Amino acid sequence: MMRALILSLCLASTVAFASPANEAATAADPVAEKRLQALSKELRCLVCQNETIADSNAELAVDLRREIRGMIKNGQSDSQIIDFLVARYGDFVLYRPPVKGNTLLLWGGPIAMLLIGLLSLRAYLRRRSSRMDAQEAPLSAEDTQRADALLKELEPK
Amino acid sequence: MNRYYWILGAFAALVVLLAVGLNLNPRDVPSPLVGKPAPSFKLAILDKPDQTMTPQDMTGKVWLLNVWSSWCVSCRQEHPVLVEFAKRGGVPLIGLNYKEVRGDGNIDIRRIPEGQEVPLAHKRASEWLAEHGNPYTLTVMDIDGRVGIDYGVYGVPETYVIDKAGVIRMKHTGPITPDVLSGKILPLVGELSK
Repeated sequence: MMRALILSLCLASTVAFASPANEAATAADPVAEKRLQALSKELRCLVCQNETIADSNAELAVDLRREIRGMIKNGQSDSQIIDFLVARYGDFVLYRPPVKGNTLLLWGGPIAMLLIGLLSLRAYLRRRSSRMDAQEAPLSAEDTQRADALLKELEPK
Repeated sequence: MNRYYWILGAFAALVVLLAVGLNLNPRDVPSPLVGKPAPSFKLAILDKPDQTMTPQDMTGKVWLLNVWSSWCVSCRQEHPVLVEFAKRGGVPLIGLNYKEVRGDGNIDIRRIPEGQEVPLAHKRASEWLAEHGNPYTLTVMDIDGRVGIDYGVYGVPETYVIDKAGVIRMKHTGPITPDVLSGKILPLVGELSK
């Protein structure tokens, strides 16, 4: 029962996601449609911010697909189309924003975190091994005497 | 002991970072148009379909461009603020009616006979303004939303502050609250009008 429910939900969601593709399939030029698909997969829909323009059914995404289709038809290059959208909506439309001043933290952040992690791991391991070395060092004569005395006390008489 | 303070400090820093992140508004996407000339357009004026308006007509004035639509729920929310604003006078408020007919989720545009969309849009828009009050100096009709794309509109209502030289100085996405009006828009307009 549960399985059937999950299966039907999965099927329903593929149907829902397939509709933008259908819209594309109905268009005349398959080469242009392929370019549209490739381009719009790189672009974020600003209405449902976690969807690409290719996937989104939001009105704005439909309009933007129409706009991109028109630009492809007019022989514009991919970079011209991307520039057109960035000029209007900013770097935020790009799923892979360019590396520059205000995106430095975005691109560099994970690497910086990894470096901090590796450095602190190294510092921790060093400290631990030096502590262990200290523990394994032979006891001083005085300490040996104390230990012997303690052990003797424990021995059954 | 010292080490635990360090870990606690790092944790606190993470909490602060996440708290700031969670309190940011994800819809507040900085517009690349701020600081750039307002995109040109030539659109028909509401109730005067044979007349057009372009942003060049406003050169020499500080003005607001407010994107709205009768189907937009948040526009209804900000509308009284705009009506109050218009009563003060002095600053032209131009309405950009965005996809009045085809933007309405309740209308299937394919069922509207060709040539009917424009008159229907004018009718709906003027009826809505008659009902809720008209704060606009004039409204222009962006029937298919192309001008909206040029202005980077992604969620109505949106408002632009444009200076005397025709440069966009500010964009506000979402309804204008009295706080936004008195705290951000009015001071900027005052400064630009000097």
